[in-house]
Amino acid sequence: MALRTPLYDWHIGHGGRIVEFGGWDMPVQYTSIVEEHQAVRTAAGLFDISHMGRLSFAGADALPLIQQVYTNNAATMKDGQVRYGLICNENGGVRDDVLVYRWPHGWAIVVNASNREKIVRWLDQHKNGRAVEITDQTMTTCMIAVQGPQALALCRGLTEADAEQLAYYYATPTRYHGKGCVLSRTGYTGEDGIEIMASATQAVELWEELVRRGVKPCGLGARDTLRLEAAMPLYGHELSEEIDPFQAGLSWAVKMDKGDFIGRDALQRRRADATLPRRVGLELAGRRAAREGSAVLSDGRTIGRVTSGTVTPTLNKAIAMAYVDPAYTAVGTVCTVDIRGKTEEARVVPLPFYRRETGERSRVSAPSANPLGR
Amino acid sequence: MDPKTLRYAKTHEWAYLEGNICTIGLTKFAVDQLTDVIYIDLPDVDDPVTAGDSFGEIESVKAVSDMYSPVSGDITAVNEKLETDPTLISNDPYDKGWLIKVKVEKGTTLDHLMTLQQYEEQIASEEH
Repeated sequence: MALRTPLYDWHIGHGGRIVEFGGWDMPVQYTSIVEEHQAVRTAAGLFDISHMGRLSFAGADALPLIQQVYTNNAATMKDGQVRYGLICNENGGVRDDVLVYRWPHGWAIVVNASNREKIVRWLDQHKNGRAVEITDQTMTTCMIAVQGPQALALCRGLTEADAEQLAYYYATPTRYHGKGCVLSRTGYTGEDGIEIMASATQAVELWEELVRRGVKPCGLGARDTLRLEAAMPLYGHELSEEIDPFQAGLSWAVKMDKGDFIGRDALQRRRADATLPRRVGLELAGRRAAREGSAVLSDGRTIGRVTSGTVTPTLNKAIAMAYVDPAYTAVGTVCTVDIRGKTEEARVVPLPFYRRETGERSRVSAPSANPLGR
Repeated sequence: MDPKTLRYAKTHEWAYLEGNICTIGLTKFAVDQLTDVIYIDLPDVDDPVTAGDSFGEIESVKAVSDMYSPVSGDITAVNEKLETDPTLISNDPYDKGWLIKVKVEKGTTLDHLMTLQQYEEQIASEEH
């Protein structure tokens, strides 16, 4: 039986079409995916992301444990900072992509819903008697995102702390209607916005207040088209246990010189392996969407595979992310994509496909400028 | 087209027979279920179709669905406007959003298809 967030009944009562995702019954859309997508790009959209795993860490040895499993450097984080990174297996393959939060007296990690139990077990396996207590707070909390150019304005006065004072990728503990919560300036859409982690008991009240303030409820369908335009990887598509962060273009999230961590040795070898397929962005000539699994071809030979694809509402084109053989990763390379038996012309384009207007660049989107990730 | 004058397939296509030309489209219920239509893949004029077989695909942001011909015959016309504006089908599924016209054999009827009332009963029961 799939799990349900505290907002499930609200979603059902407001026309949310429910699908199972990562073990949870979630709304894929309320009205139209395109409408919801456009709301985020032009105003503000509201997302129930309570299905994501929220793990908190206490104890003197929390940092060493996190450093052992995490590819980025948690030791250089400031209090309140939020940092993206990967958790890898011993072969350098990605077990999950996560956000680490640093607090004065502890840490938190937000993980993908589909990987929550796997990561909880992984952390447990590597505790090795260290003084660290890990609490899975997923079931007792909720997580709601407000994303879009009007997000910050519509959230003015919502919590005690002012989100506009928060730097991008920083968080702060604060209060909503008197109860403790965490406010962060983070998101997965390529727009400015916030994410709030609060008590599950406040989920409906917080959500309804945001709706009254004019934020439009959006489902996972729009979440997917938004993150795809912003070239953000999705676990199970651009990331998996068989793909390393360098292939994915996420070398900026791997700090090889911070000290040892699980997968580091394998990553050393993989980084030097120039034969491994790399993530690229594709723009297709036609109007049909390439889907996960579609073959990418050159001269009739399969040279790669699509991991995500759609026709994007903002750009009004068919775009996709794919892993292709290194010889075909240069921007401008022409190839074809097999969509259910018919081939469409495509070419490699720079990532991200979409970047919002301000100076602030989305942290988790583009591969490094050098496609070999070095 | 007046929905009352049409006949319906279980797979949510509507059909209208005039002489031996059958016009085929998708019902409002079907397009409302699909929401964001991004592409419609239609056959070519003169292609044969067989009752019950897929004649094309309709693609939304999230999924691709087959469209099934309720009759057998040869395609005489295809709604080319849908190539450049697939949203026509969402806005006007019974008129401007028609899909194909099929020339059927003399004596073909649509009796094997549902009436509007029967179709409405089907969708009502599907929603539970």
